[in-house]
Amino acid sequence: MILFQLKRLLRNKFHTIWMIVALIFAMTLPVVLAIGLYYKASGLLMEQSFFSIISSKDWRPLSGHFGLYPFIISSLWVTVLALVIAGPICLFSAIHLTQYAKSYVLKVMHPVIDILAGIPSVIFGVWGVIIIVPFVSQHIAPLFGKQSSGYTIMSGGIVLAIMIIPFILNILIEVFKSIPEELTEVTLSLGATRWMVVKHILMRKAYPGIVSAFGLGLSRAFGETIAVLMVVGNVTRIPHGALQPGYPLPALIANNYGEMLSIPRYDSALMLAAFVLLIIVIIFNFISRMVIHRMIKVM
Amino acid sequence: MKKSKLRNAEELFFRGVMIISSSVIGLALFLILWSIIKRGLPALSWDMLTQTPKGGFYFGKEGGIANAIVGSLYLASGATLLAMILGIPVSLYMNVNLHKRKKLVNSIRFLLDVMWGIPSIVYGAFGFTFMIYFGMHSSLLAGILTVTLFIIPIMIRSIDEVLMSVPKGLMEASYSLGSTQSETSYKVFLRQCISGVTTAVLLSFGRAIGDAASVLFTTGYTDHMPTSLTQPTATLPLAIFFQMSSPIAEVKERAYASALILTVLILFISIIARIISTRYQKHKIKI
Repeated sequence: MILFQLKRLLRNKFHTIWMIVALIFAMTLPVVLAIGLYYKASGLLMEQSFFSIISSKDWRPLSGHFGLYPFIISSLWVTVLALVIAGPICLFSAIHLTQYAKSYVLKVMHPVIDILAGIPSVIFGVWGVIIIVPFVSQHIAPLFGKQSSGYTIMSGGIVLAIMIIPFILNILIEVFKSIPEELTEVTLSLGATRWMVVKHILMRKAYPGIVSAFGLGLSRAFGETIAVLMVVGNVTRIPHGALQPGYPLPALIANNYGEMLSIPRYDSALMLAAFVLLIIVIIFNFISRMVIHRMIKVM
Repeated sequence: MKKSKLRNAEELFFRGVMIISSSVIGLALFLILWSIIKRGLPALSWDMLTQTPKGGFYFGKEGGIANAIVGSLYLASGATLLAMILGIPVSLYMNVNLHKRKKLVNSIRFLLDVMWGIPSIVYGAFGFTFMIYFGMHSSLLAGILTVTLFIIPIMIRSIDEVLMSVPKGLMEASYSLGSTQSETSYKVFLRQCISGVTTAVLLSFGRAIGDAASVLFTTGYTDHMPTSLTQPTATLPLAIFFQMSSPIAEVKERAYASALILTVLILFISIIARIISTRYQKHKIKI
């Protein structure tokens, strides 16, 4: 009997210790990531200052020039374009699904969002090459009187927009659901139309949540790699418009892993790019999540 | 009178915009699936599924991508298993042992959500530095470890969402019968939520199998069937990626077929997850 009790207690002890170890492991992961990347990047940082690398336009790995500026600008272009396309669609759709839609619409849309969220990024890339790239080259570029191969920032933005839609939409739906129904009901009973309720009550109440949902979408788009890499053209030049090719940061890292080890300091430069990516994404995530956690208040 | 007409017009206009927005999303999914099926189906053959690449495969000659399919399954299973060993205890600990410390648990959730947002290429780059540091070569093992890191936050948070729904009375009942915390965790909480947990695990599996950026550096690529943990291994997303960048039409066709295989695999996983989450509720105690 005592032995049985002892066995149970020991087992409990063992499980608790393992749980704590696993928890600590998971919690320190971002710090370890940052340290690991910084450690590798420090080789380059000892020779050149961080800000000179960030702001230099000169990318010639063979002679040791690693200016990340064109890639950061490309990343910004693609990301902002994706958000400009996806943002309004998500916002209106989220209002539709939470305020207007009948239950059968929800029954269709929930699986649609889930499946869209689960499709791997390489599939989006293939789709982009099949559909979006020819579309941009044949329809959108002539619209602006330009010739284009279709492998442009525009294509990257459209593909990214579709990729981040389910992500932003899910958060927006959560945000709108967190707003008390009494508020909308009271306004409706005063004779307001549905849209007036949305415009004056819902939007005002949900404003911080909407902004941070967009912030999260932005940071998700910032780190997307393979799909963007496949459609964006990958030309090292500072883009001046959406119909020019670009070369975002993640694409840079992914594209050069092969030659990374054969050129001195090249690996350092790429790890620095990854480090910059990590820091930007964490900052964006941190602020946005903070606002959303306040709003939704988990439990 | 005029004002109310204007209001109605505004209402109708925005209702239209909303319906269009929702339809665009549905249409996008349809378009993706349709174009992948339309391009992939003609190029799909039995050889694609059962053969490894033969000499001249990358010039459009015979062979298949069986090595990549098997490699991806190995990689995703290994990573999911490791992530389960780490992830399930963490989410149980958050919901059982720490259930009185709401603030702490909420901060942990917050951190995990932030980690969920870290792009997979960063995990890939980290996996690479880790690999170099320990003098490892690109291999299945390095890939599994990297992907594990990548899916841990996803798995913990999805299981945590499920465990949150367990009524607290169940925990009190379990304690009052004299069970220890770990017994409450594994024999009550986990069993109560087994269908939700399975769904969460399957979702993580789907993430693991579909991600390309994190395995690009770490797993490498080869034309052989994976036989050992220390060998480089082909994966499905990378097979698609490499074939897609080929200028030869036949190889591109195969990329579409490979994309179709991956899509079907992912859809299959998500349908199974859906069925499990609605059907399998045998041990659930309803209160």
